[in-house]
Amino acid sequence: MDTWQITRFTLMTAVAATALMIPPGLALAWLLARRRFRGRVLLETFVSLPLVMPPVATGLILLLLFSPRGPIGGVLTRMGIEVVFTWRAVVLAMTVMGLPLFVRTVRAGFEQVDRRYEAIAGTLGASPLRVFFSITLPLALPALAAGAVLGFARAIGEFGATIMIAGSIPGVTRTLPVAIYTFTEIGRDRDAAVLLAVSAGIAFIALWLSNYLTSRAGLRP
Amino acid sequence: MIAIDIRLEQGTFVLEVHERLETRVTVLFGPSGAGKTTILDAIAGLRTPARGSIVMNGRTLFNSADRINVPPHKRHVGYVSQDIALFPHLDVRRNVTYGQRPGQKLSLEAVTAILEVGGLLDRGVAMLSGGERQRVALARALMSAPDVLLLDEPLAAVDLELRRRILPYLERVRDELAVPILYVTHDRDEARRFADRVVVLDRGSVIRAGDPGVVLQ
Repeated sequence: MDTWQITRFTLMTAVAATALMIPPGLALAWLLARRRFRGRVLLETFVSLPLVMPPVATGLILLLLFSPRGPIGGVLTRMGIEVVFTWRAVVLAMTVMGLPLFVRTVRAGFEQVDRRYEAIAGTLGASPLRVFFSITLPLALPALAAGAVLGFARAIGEFGATIMIAGSIPGVTRTLPVAIYTFTEIGRDRDAAVLLAVSAGIAFIALWLSNYLTSRAGLRP
Repeated sequence: MIAIDIRLEQGTFVLEVHERLETRVTVLFGPSGAGKTTILDAIAGLRTPARGSIVMNGRTLFNSADRINVPPHKRHVGYVSQDIALFPHLDVRRNVTYGQRPGQKLSLEAVTAILEVGGLLDRGVAMLSGGERQRVALARALMSAPDVLLLDEPLAAVDLELRRRILPYLERVRDELAVPILYVTHDRDEARRFADRVVVLDRGSVIRAGDPGVVLQ
């Protein structure tokens, strides 16, 4: 068993997924925190759906959408991009499953920012975009960091959607949780135990880092 | 010169104002809940009147009939609110220069000299005293080279002693910089000392307006 390969693959795909969550996550969090529009509740429901649906069901939806004959997968296949049962499917599953946690955390952070600061910045000549990047975002930075850590942790632990859309192909799509499951299933308990220790180590480091960052920012959650 | 002709509703509260503000310092005077701050918010674009118009130096900022509503960041007003609201994540220098526009007349040196905040520039805003915060907020508003300065009870939150020390700074701003000021207060002495003209508000309407000596009798 290649413990190092599985660990590195899981960490890299989780980092990629976290990076992919941030742009749409910030936009969604800001929309939900700062704008009143038709369909807002609907959007909010859609964003949170992967949080309450069985991950396997979310995985099935992704599989239907991204399979070569699916509406999105068809277009991508014609462009020469394969998704299902590749590393891209792993990143996709991780992103979709982590996004709700990121959005909810950052949205709460945006709501904490006193709107008076934004109003004053506006009267000082700052456009809404500048207000966002110079006032709202910096003041919500601890929430952004917390949201990213949560999204990353969720991505590392992703199992249900991943197994549906990416499978458990050694060296190609096999992540830590999927490997632990597969090894236990086929009786390779020693290998499963090693990966269990690695998972616990990563979780410990991620939590310690997030606590360290929030305490350094002087903002205990 | 600001010509305000607005009607604004907020629940059961109705503000109806038709005023031309053309003196150097106009004081909006009245009890709390009279609608003074609401007028400043409407001029700054932070609150939208139900109907009417706001014209500043010949430039229409708001006109409900023509559907004109210039966004706050294009109105060129300097707003110092009651709660000061210095940006907590920026130091004093970056607060003061936040709204600085390229090629403006007012230099950082001139503004910091008048308000005596030059020595504070490299401090964090959490390290400032109440009076210093007031002056930094004023400097920040002035550095955006506003066409009008909107001051919402700038002395309401400070004690009598501090008030005595800040008032001269306000007078220097008034006398040395040619920026018209709209000053909200419910303090009679402040109004008398500071105003060229006083507009008295009560429950959303102007009940008197004119020379401070006459109006505030």
